[in-house]
Amino acid sequence: MRMHTEKRTLLTVFTEASIEHVLIRDMDRLGIRGYTISDARGKGSRGVRDASWDESRNIRIEVICDRPQAETLLGHLQTRYYSNYAMVAFLTDVEVLRPGKF
Amino acid sequence: MDPVILFFLFGLVAGLLGADLKLPSTLYDSLTIFLLLAIGLKGGQGLAIQPLLPLLPQIFAVVVLGVLQTLIAYIGLRTLFRFDRPNAAAMAAHYGSVSVATFAVAAAWLASRELDVEPQLAVLLAVMEIPAILVGIVLARGISHDTDWKSLGHEVFLGKGVTLLLGGMAIGWAGGPQGLQPIRGLYFDLFKPVLGLFLLEMGLIVSRQVGELRRRGFSLILFGVGMPLLSACLGLGTGVLLGLSTGGVTMLTTLAASASYIAVPAAMRIAVPEANPAISLAGSLGVTFPFNILLGIPLYHWMASQWMRP
Repeated sequence: MRMHTEKRTLLTVFTEASIEHVLIRDMDRLGIRGYTISDARGKGSRGVRDASWDESRNIRIEVICDRPQAETLLGHLQTRYYSNYAMVAFLTDVEVLRPGKF
Repeated sequence: MDPVILFFLFGLVAGLLGADLKLPSTLYDSLTIFLLLAIGLKGGQGLAIQPLLPLLPQIFAVVVLGVLQTLIAYIGLRTLFRFDRPNAAAMAAHYGSVSVATFAVAAAWLASRELDVEPQLAVLLAVMEIPAILVGIVLARGISHDTDWKSLGHEVFLGKGVTLLLGGMAIGWAGGPQGLQPIRGLYFDLFKPVLGLFLLEMGLIVSRQVGELRRRGFSLILFGVGMPLLSACLGLGTGVLLGLSTGGVTMLTTLAASASYIAVPAAMRIAVPEANPAISLAGSLGVTFPFNILLGIPLYHWMASQWMRP
């Protein structure tokens, strides 16, 4: 059976857990309909973030939406958070079933 | 030496040696919740058997104390240590606020010497977390319109620390000493053993500040020890003015000398993003916290008892 999939964009963000609430508010305001947030650990230009306690916790946010919306959100993150927060964000093309969800 | 302090030193040494030791972060969270609730309950049950009205001037006094400490720290950091504005404001907020862990260690230290502490110190602990955060934000940004005061207010007044302390206090106050009998075993009798486990994790966390301390060198250590000593004198004066007992004055002095590492870093990260959180934390956790629990508390008690001597 051939699956019918459609193209959408996945925005992945790695950042500090301390701004989780603020980012959720931003995403709601920008009309993002769904996202997944998980705890993350790692190392980058700001040193080891080993999630052992509040201040060293990282999160990973994943959002699947259409390309223009993903670019709007990415642009917002860049202007608002890139300079002062530990943040990595990137876009990937994905194929989804049930495109109406995204 | 008190076993809880030995737990801290164990964590510190294990961390410095790079031992493969890491407590699950959910355990650290759970222990923090336990300590906050236990402190709240203990204060609340004490408040149940005394009038609440005399508390108002005491609350006012510690708000003034918190504001004053933050301003002094800010001026000191700007002029003597040449910090830029956001970093000076964020660091000053840490030192104007208080540390629950230091309070817990002081409570255990005083209890083991059978020195009573007035129950309202738990209220003052909750109150003293707040003013420094607000002053720090204003120092960093001025009273600017793009500060999102609503969400910051939420962060400050409904943060984990203040919520659990006040919630525990309300339960303790409503239950009173009699009503709390069934839960004494967990919250009061196990306070010290749990504190030991918590301090093991604190030792590990403090050991991770060493890198930043090395980078910043002597100035951070100087401020991290100098500022609590100055704050301690202000706290001592306030405690004496408020007519507290020797135990109470010791506790207020300790509170004044302590520096926040939970509520303030979280609020500053959002409100003053230009400030580097590693610097403030290296000061408050890497220098001031160990200084206070190892040397500070006995010193503050000595200061209090000298002053209170008839």
